[in-house]
Amino acid sequence: MRHSLHLTGLAGLVLLQAACGNATPQAAAGQLSGRLVITGSSTCAPLVSDISKRFEGLHPAVRIDVQTGGSSRGIADVTRSIADIGMVSRDLKPSEAAELMPFVFALDGVAIILHANNPIRELADAQVKGIYTGAISNWSQVGGPDAPITVVHKASGRATLEVFLKYFGLKESSVQPDVVIGDNQQGIITVAGNPHAIGYVSVGAAEYEIGQRTLIRLLDTAGIPATTANVHAGKFPIGRPLILLTRKNPPELARHFIDYCRSEAVHDLVQDLYYAPVSAK
Amino acid sequence: MKTRGATRNDRILLWGLRGASVLASSIVLLIVYFLLAESLPALRRIGIARFVTDGDWLPSTAEGENQYRLVPMLAATLLSTLGAVLIAAPAGLLSAVFCHFYAPKALATLQRRIVELLAGIPSVIYGFWGLVTLVPILQRLAPPGQNLLAGILVLTLMILPTIAMLASATLATIPQAHLQGAAALGLSRWTTLRGVVLPEAAPGLLIALLLGTMRAVGETMAVLMVCGNVVQIPTSLFDPVRTLTANIALEMGYATSEHRSVLFVSGLALMALVVLLIGLQRQFRRSVTLV
Repeated sequence: MRHSLHLTGLAGLVLLQAACGNATPQAAAGQLSGRLVITGSSTCAPLVSDISKRFEGLHPAVRIDVQTGGSSRGIADVTRSIADIGMVSRDLKPSEAAELMPFVFALDGVAIILHANNPIRELADAQVKGIYTGAISNWSQVGGPDAPITVVHKASGRATLEVFLKYFGLKESSVQPDVVIGDNQQGIITVAGNPHAIGYVSVGAAEYEIGQRTLIRLLDTAGIPATTANVHAGKFPIGRPLILLTRKNPPELARHFIDYCRSEAVHDLVQDLYYAPVSAK
Repeated sequence: MKTRGATRNDRILLWGLRGASVLASSIVLLIVYFLLAESLPALRRIGIARFVTDGDWLPSTAEGENQYRLVPMLAATLLSTLGAVLIAAPAGLLSAVFCHFYAPKALATLQRRIVELLAGIPSVIYGFWGLVTLVPILQRLAPPGQNLLAGILVLTLMILPTIAMLASATLATIPQAHLQGAAALGLSRWTTLRGVVLPEAAPGLLIALLLGTMRAVGETMAVLMVCGNVVQIPTSLFDPVRTLTANIALEMGYATSEHRSVLFVSGLALMALVVLLIGLQRQFRRSVTLV
């Protein structure tokens, strides 16, 4: 009994020392320190996580915690002060933009993907719309082989879905899917495994997978090839910003991190994931 | 002195046991409490009726005309579980019987090892296998291939080892004396099985079935990967479906406010289903043991 008490006391002392040891260099060096919680879009998360690792390397006293949960979650968490920074991969709605400060740090597009063996090379916007509402249900109706179309759609609440619906002027209730998927990865596997499937995913994620020889092909939209270069040039019609947002008057650490995300120092990381970098002006 | 010491130890043990059982049961109660607390806002604002009468499941539309029909997902959970149990139960029970009463020893040991291995494979692996192997095969029969049948087949593979292992453990508890008695009476193996083994093992076999069924009801990742997740009441085995568990897993990470609360309602529905299953099993067991 006494022995264990002794141990507890010792442990407490060690903890105390550790706490003091931590505090001293922070105060002395005057450099960045503390903890940042970042939540939101699963499209942004891998990139922000890569950037934060590099940022932590530069500032050893900083800990950054990146969690995914969708763009809406990012906005909600920042509004309720659960997170310091939210990640969003779509345009902000006016009601959301009112109380928050958005910073665009990269660009991405949403593009239609088909199986690599699908002979279709182009679909007009109206044809895509017809396919997703069920008006067109066989590839022969758009000049392809006689095979039923498998429509791959995203589950409710995804930013990619909202961007897609908005561009094609579709309502969520009018879409007639054959398969509903969660993340980009699952969508790509589904289309790669089904020669008659059509889906829509992030251009960045699709280009990455094509680089890995996955059996999918990106389709042009409105005659513009879906490439990171076109997204970057602002030519590709279904573009979306990747946004970091904070409350008004963000803490210094959050501002530093956002500046870093928008600096040229991370352009290689952005391009590694096939997104288009933007620079702070 | 000795008895006093014993009573003191007994008391410590008794309170320890009481504490442990309170802890175990309070965890369940806490889960139910949180499910209720989280789903209450939705139940109050939307009302139970709309989970049945709404036309579709659109929990977070941009246009704000949300609909919350849970029935297709309840149907999907029930149908996929029923299908899997219908295939896995006879297969699992028969394999256990074969193992204990018919198979040569070496074969029985080998079979047991394989079943144990199957039981240990994580569900994501089953799901991934289903997605890259099973779905393309089914797709040739009827596109898109991700459908109720794929879900049933993957679930069957998952619960078969559970049922086989538990049934086998139950058969192993039949006293040797009873089997020897039957042998002394000159009963055939089949008569021994029907007259001695099965009546005695029935309650245990029922538990094996119940646990297999529960695993099928609760399975999430594997069915999410192979079922297609379209919210609809299936009209054939080749229709894609979304189960209650897949619904929660698909949308929970992205749900806020009311949408989130509605997902807790689907969790509550799942919980009710499990309670119902346990109730049914108890009822059934009573009738079996009376015979």
